[in-house]
Amino acid sequence: MQNTEDTGTRVNGRGVDADPKNDPTYPIRHRLPAEEARSGWVRPAQQAVDVEVLRSIEYPEMTAVFGTSTPPAGLSGMIRRAAFAYSESSYLHWLPLVLADRINVVEGILDDLRRGRLPNGFAEAGGKAQWRYNRRRLIGGTLVRAALAAVLIAYVRGRVKGNCAADSQPNDQDGG
Amino acid sequence: MLAMNYRGPHRVRIDRKPTPEILHPEDAIVRVTRSCICGSDLHLYNGLVPDTRVGMTFGHEFTGVVEEVGAGVHTIKRGDHVLVPFNIACGRCAFCREELYGNCHESNPQATAVGGIFGYSHTAGGYDGGQAEYVRVPYADVGPTVIPDWMDLDDAVLLTDVVPTGYQAAEMGGIQPGDTVVVFGAGPVGIMAARCAWLFGAARVIVIDREEYRLAFAAQYCPAETYNFESLKDPVVFLKQTTVIGADVCIDAVGADAAGSRMQTILGRKLLLEGGAVTALHWAINSVKKGGIVSIVGVYGPIGALVPIGNVVNKGITIRANQASVKRLLPRLIEHVQNGVLNPKALITHRIPLEHVSDAYRIFSSKLDECIKPVLVPPSARS
Repeated sequence: MQNTEDTGTRVNGRGVDADPKNDPTYPIRHRLPAEEARSGWVRPAQQAVDVEVLRSIEYPEMTAVFGTSTPPAGLSGMIRRAAFAYSESSYLHWLPLVLADRINVVEGILDDLRRGRLPNGFAEAGGKAQWRYNRRRLIGGTLVRAALAAVLIAYVRGRVKGNCAADSQPNDQDGG
Repeated sequence: MLAMNYRGPHRVRIDRKPTPEILHPEDAIVRVTRSCICGSDLHLYNGLVPDTRVGMTFGHEFTGVVEEVGAGVHTIKRGDHVLVPFNIACGRCAFCREELYGNCHESNPQATAVGGIFGYSHTAGGYDGGQAEYVRVPYADVGPTVIPDWMDLDDAVLLTDVVPTGYQAAEMGGIQPGDTVVVFGAGPVGIMAARCAWLFGAARVIVIDREEYRLAFAAQYCPAETYNFESLKDPVVFLKQTTVIGADVCIDAVGADAAGSRMQTILGRKLLLEGGAVTALHWAINSVKKGGIVSIVGVYGPIGALVPIGNVVNKGITIRANQASVKRLLPRLIEHVQNGVLNPKALITHRIPLEHVSDAYRIFSSKLDECIKPVLVPPSARS
């Protein structure tokens, strides 16, 4: 849709923040003198560290505050601890964290089961909303997944049958 | 209390979690009254941000009533209704003193590259977020701002992120009167960036997306020229033709979940070998004029990404990017809302009970029911 000639003039406030000095440099509006910026600051009080908090090796000490959500635990926690041995500049920091996230999903399911809760994947994935607003795609996706599962099951069963048949064949070497 | 609970990519639910407590003298506990799902929450929801742990509560756009304050809090008090910027900022480190409140050095031990953000993985500090009934708010004297009596709560909640991020996207573009501005992405931030481009004096504003209903909204609300990239053979060639020498300013308001390139989708969104699919940024770099400015507010993961950096050099492009510095921008933006220059609440298409958070994520993520911006409303705010 092409702008009509009066498009801009219809905008309330057009040009009110036009600033010829808004030159591209750096998104700092209030620049400190260099020596002042690097001279440190009066640090806030330190939050008590009473849960395990992983810290980037690029920080010399713990930040004054931090989140306490979901401390590292289990196998994913072990991987996360190992990842934090490397700097934020290293793939050995980030890729293990991605791996840990995926392992953590399985840990979450096992944890639910351990607590006697069967995760409702349909509801957690917003299945009701899909059913209401996107039924065709939901049904299509379910059918595709079911078909893939059926093919996989048939393939595995075929392999098992094949192996059983091979095991029951007389062995020429043994028989000779 | 009720709180959103992340269970893995594309799986979230509502659960009961312990109510947060004061853990630091400068903390406040806020009872949430509105909480949005942000487009950047979808990067978490899709599993694109490293160190997003199962059990975490998302949500960095929220308003609420102060229930309790620590001994070191002096500017807000119990009963104040506040909007809470998504940045967790100490207000006294070198970066906060330079008004880079998104880059605080005292709020995120897990990464030096970004300050603390509510409910945004451990890469952003490991804080539980506002998609809950209550939330712990550190440095309560710095970020939280009392909502003016005249302000609609739906406007207030969008001042915590969407409006400042869209505004800063335009501001970082260094837009000069007469400029042509191209915004990639017609999500809430892209729409707001396009609207704000006019405030800086743009003469032509173009929005690129693939969702027709969002483009239709942008055409009216911003207002802007809108183009569906799926109907263009090559968006970059089209933009160069329609702007003659390339756009003066390109804004990436998409981030890691971009569509439009199979290779980027596979590498960035499926295999997670990039910090997301950088398709929009790629297009922005290649569509801007020589010597032009690319402003990035789309969120990407911390891993490297395939962008045409050679073209950045050869074209002499300036790239400006940051998380929005909400506290710095709030006074001006509150004025704009009061004067009718900006109407944030028009972006809200869905008001959904917090208890239905799984469906809310699905509706927003899959762009169902022509959703532009969903807001979660906790039970206590509905009575």
